[in-house]
Amino acid sequence: MAIKKFAVAAYDDEAVLFPAVKKVRKSGYKLHDVYTPFAVHGLDQAMGLKETDLHIAGFIYGICGTSTAVGFISWIFTSDWPIVYGGKPHFALPAWVPITFELTVLFAAVGMTLTFCYLNQIMPGVKKHVFHPRQSDDLFVMAIELNDHTPEAEVIKFLKTTGAVETSVQMAEEGWWYGRWDEKEEYEALNAG
Amino acid sequence: MNDRFEIPARLRNTSIALIAIGVLTLIGGIAALLTSHVDTDRARFWTVLLHDSVFFTLITAVSIFIQAAVSLAQGAWIVAFRRVPEAIGANVWIFGTIATVILFLIVFTYKDSHGVNSIFPWVTPGDDKILIGKSPFLNKGMFVAFTLIAVGLWSYFGRKFRAMSIAQESAPKNDTKIYWKVFRLSGLFLLVYALTQMSTIPWLWVMSIQAHWFSTLFSWYAFASAFVSGMSLILLWVVYLKNQGNLRLVTTEHMHDLGKFMFAFSVFWTYLWFSQYMLIWYANIPEETQYFKLRQQGPYSIIFYANFIINFCMPIIILMARPSKRNYFTVSFMAMVIIFGHWLDYFQMIMPGPLGTEWHINWYEIGVFMGFVGVLIFTVSRTLTKSSLIPHNNILLKETAIHIA
Repeated sequence: MAIKKFAVAAYDDEAVLFPAVKKVRKSGYKLHDVYTPFAVHGLDQAMGLKETDLHIAGFIYGICGTSTAVGFISWIFTSDWPIVYGGKPHFALPAWVPITFELTVLFAAVGMTLTFCYLNQIMPGVKKHVFHPRQSDDLFVMAIELNDHTPEAEVIKFLKTTGAVETSVQMAEEGWWYGRWDEKEEYEALNAG
Repeated sequence: MNDRFEIPARLRNTSIALIAIGVLTLIGGIAALLTSHVDTDRARFWTVLLHDSVFFTLITAVSIFIQAAVSLAQGAWIVAFRRVPEAIGANVWIFGTIATVILFLIVFTYKDSHGVNSIFPWVTPGDDKILIGKSPFLNKGMFVAFTLIAVGLWSYFGRKFRAMSIAQESAPKNDTKIYWKVFRLSGLFLLVYALTQMSTIPWLWVMSIQAHWFSTLFSWYAFASAFVSGMSLILLWVVYLKNQGNLRLVTTEHMHDLGKFMFAFSVFWTYLWFSQYMLIWYANIPEETQYFKLRQQGPYSIIFYANFIINFCMPIIILMARPSKRNYFTVSFMAMVIIFGHWLDYFQMIMPGPLGTEWHINWYEIGVFMGFVGVLIFTVSRTLTKSSLIPHNNILLKETAIHIA
């Protein structure tokens, strides 16, 4: 992952945040992400995020669970170790439905949880840059990715006009990483310099 | 602002034509079946009437239940089209009265050529030990009492909820008095509903047709069947009114919620259907398997499997994806499929007992069904015209307008 430069703006009101997000998208700056202390309804539409494909992944995991259960149970009871239980046929499909259902749910649940963690880049023991310590407390924090064509002074000035209560420029790792917090000192050095 | 619904001539004519078909079928049924000397013909005449009147009473009563459940949960999503379940619920008394009359006629007057009531065998138990053992519950007095209490309470609550919702329109702005009154009555209604449709009523009206057999979750299963078709019925009305240019507050989000209910409760129905089936299949006790022997391997096997395919496979395949629940055509098509599927479900609950191999889905069955559809369209559309289609002054109105599924 690459270390990039971000302009960060903090807002103290949802009602200011929404027009600000719209203005940023209209201006053409690259919106990195918005961090909020709670789930803000409609913010994903305002940011122009596309509908997640997580449920399609969930469907595929579920189908995998169904076929694993049916395949494995039918292999055991019809060819590997056929036993007559209570006068039922070897291929006793109704009796397998509960197990099949459970495995479908299990595969879908575990698979979707892991996929969700991957998509959001969160996982126990994994580090991620925090743009503002109060982004999980009482501020709405918006990060804009900067490049050579977007001078930081101009972007900061623009962010102030949108009603930001705090602004800053930070060098940050954009994704997640697995490791020690020592690297944090490197950022602090970068930001200081 | 056109918040009022005016019945289009086409809808009125269709409903009157359907009622006329129903009446003609009934006259034909009296001429061809009721006066027949064959026992199964006379049984067919009564069971078809029983099937349709019970089915329509139960699916319209669902509208009262969903209002009560959502009011108690303080849900706002239903408010945008609340007048539709209200109008259906306010007409439960019509179907309830028809069902009561038919049920009482069967219990008190019907006898086959051997002097036995072949539809409700517990009416004439003879020296049948099982039926005599069940007689403290399965007797005429209990049947009459539970039927009258259930139909009476459903009719009362159906009309009361609508009356209170209309009273809210002329109440002072932001007045919550009626809101909390509805809230309290909803809790009471859920209790009533649990003791009627979710337990005693399907036992008496449907399960007692094969009085030797019993299943402890039968009423839940019958309720799930009625619930999913009742939601489909509400959805069809909402789509129809939306196409007429009414219900401007209803958006795709509200349709999505209704579609979710249809999808989720189709799966719930399958869960109960399967739970009942699997335990009986696995235990393999003769007094329980006689029910499924007749349906799965006997003359009803085609309906048994059609029931499963229409009510489980089709909804799960077609309604699972999000875009299909947000498409007006898909949801209204599936609503019709589901109502037909659960009509078949009730058909295979009711018919095998009295008719055995002599079942038909023919002019009489279809004609009576069309007649009931006609009555439903006629009465509900008339009720819908009597008030504004948007519940003005409802304190959840803003919340429903900005609702996101």
